[in-house]
Amino acid sequence: MSGRQSRPGASTSFPGSNGVRMNRHAILETKDIKVRYSGLAVLHGVSVSLEPSETVCVLGSNGAGKSTLLRAIMGAQRVFDGQILFMGREIHRLRTEQIVRLGIIYVPEEKMLFTPLSVEENLLLGAYVLNDKKEIQDSLDFVYNLFPALKARRGQAASTLSGGEQQMVAIGRGLMSRPKVLMLDEPSLGLAPLLVDEVLGTVRELKRQGIPIFLVEQNVREALDLADRGYILQTGRIVAHGTGKELLESDMFRTAFLGI
Amino acid sequence: MDILVSSLAAGLLIGMVLALVALGLTIIFGVMDIVNFAHGEFLMVGMYTGLLTAQSLRIDPLLTLPFAAIVGFVLGVICYVGFVKFLLRGPMVAQLLGTFGLMLFLRNLALLIFGSEDRALHHGLLVGKSFDIGMGVIIPATKLAAAGLSVAAFWAVWILMNRTKIGKALTATALNSQGARYMGIPTERMNALAWGIGGASVTIAGALIVNFWSVNPFIGLLFTMIAFAIVALGGFGSVPGAFFAGLVVGIITEIPGIWDFFTYTFNIRWMANVPMTSFKYMWVYLAYFIIMVVRPRGLFGWKR
Ligand SMILES: Nc1ncnc2c1ncn2[C@@H]1O[C@H](COP(=O)(O)OP(=O)(O)OP(=O)(O)O)[C@@H](O)[C@H]1O
Ligand SMILES: [Mg+2]
Repeated sequence: MSGRQSRPGASTSFPGSNGVRMNRHAILETKDIKVRYSGLAVLHGVSVSLEPSETVCVLGSNGAGKSTLLRAIMGAQRVFDGQILFMGREIHRLRTEQIVRLGIIYVPEEKMLFTPLSVEENLLLGAYVLNDKKEIQDSLDFVYNLFPALKARRGQAASTLSGGEQQMVAIGRGLMSRPKVLMLDEPSLGLAPLLVDEVLGTVRELKRQGIPIFLVEQNVREALDLADRGYILQTGRIVAHGTGKELLESDMFRTAFLGI
Repeated sequence: MDILVSSLAAGLLIGMVLALVALGLTIIFGVMDIVNFAHGEFLMVGMYTGLLTAQSLRIDPLLTLPFAAIVGFVLGVICYVGFVKFLLRGPMVAQLLGTFGLMLFLRNLALLIFGSEDRALHHGLLVGKSFDIGMGVIIPATKLAAAGLSVAAFWAVWILMNRTKIGKALTATALNSQGARYMGIPTERMNALAWGIGGASVTIAGALIVNFWSVNPFIGLLFTMIAFAIVALGGFGSVPGAFFAGLVVGIITEIPGIWDFFTYTFNIRWMANVPMTSFKYMWVYLAYFIIMVVRPRGLFGWKR
């Protein structure tokens, strides 16, 4: 577990790497992965990559396969073809909990909070893979610093929080283990416009701190504005890829999202 | 008066043991929503373990508890890893019939090994001794010790569930297993652990009960049904609920004694004509039905 404390952005070496390293710079990448749900193909060979300190967004309409892609990375969905590499190491045959221990954290669309438990109990469960008391306390301070609203409600059951506060708990809980990669699945889902700005502001802050982020979002413009790069996923295929500016100007983007 | 006090005391004492009997069932249900029909057979295994280790090693029955705990833990883990794990992938009915099959298997295995006759402990520090707690109330030492040790075991499990990191991980697995995996919690191991803890707590209860209750291969069903009643009363998945419901059910099993008290104190003739002792467990199931209809999530339910 050494090196967990170092913020991912600072890391340029690849400790414990094995297997073929195709992209020297990527901290996380999928290579031509295919996923099926009971025989029905949902991802038809998807390749995406994330470099250290980078924020990359994955855009696509409902049912395109964005969540499936993130679940596949987490080992929560079996990949039947292709490869997933984390810091040069193959991870697509590992179990979810092993992948989490390597440092990839997924904040699911459904949040999956432990609702009867308090805010703080939820956060502490996020630090399950940490053992050092001091480190856990530091993580807690970091999260409360990021979301002061949560500190005021630390003893309150997660089920009694507003949607925005629940999203803060979900993100905060994900940060507790000091991930090397953070994957956020529609963090602004179901939030009022003002709260959307707040959540995306948090993502911006995390980006500033150098945490590599995979971001799935429905707020296309804001996401592209925030991210360094973006992918457009359409019915299980990457149909466009580039910087925010490039994508906003591309024909693909216009047909996919603006209907022009 | 003495008959009332001794009935209540006996009810509370047996209730503490019954709470421990039900503990494993509620933990297993809480963590993975599966009802273990073989729960009483686990208890039977604990009774035989207590009896046989006490007899073969010539030690006091109370010293057999660690053996019973180990046997129960291993049995629970083996049942999960070798069998129940696969049932969880199937539909609900497969899970019901599956643990039902486990029950039949353990019962018939016991029948094959031990035969159908009743066996009982005849020696031991406490066997046959009793305390006079005044007012003419006499409590058998075995029951007092069984109750005390049950509460201790129950308390230990409660501490494990609520005050340790493993306990928190079990709770998280119970609440949302996919969410728990995303936190890095090895949920498969947590499930196995729940079966281990569930198995160990019920076999400890069995090794305590065998001090004052004879064992045969068919004893399991009675305890499975009592445990069901307690878990339903206390709320499926609730640990404190199992404790209080255990006490309630313990007192309910003493209704015949309480009945006698009213019969003789107030000299009510018709009450004397009802053969109450043959209905001992009927009251437990009656309470079970009433609670299922009136308050299906139990008195202390927290799940769902
Ligand atoms: N567990 C499942 N079993 C079967 N099909 C599934 C399952 N999960 C998702 N799918 C299907 O896979 C496709 C992709 O789903 P996915 O959730 O990845 O889409 P998404 O891009 O995240 O959509 P959204 O924007 O609505 O969240 C959809 O057609 C969906 O119906
Ligand atoms: Mg989705």
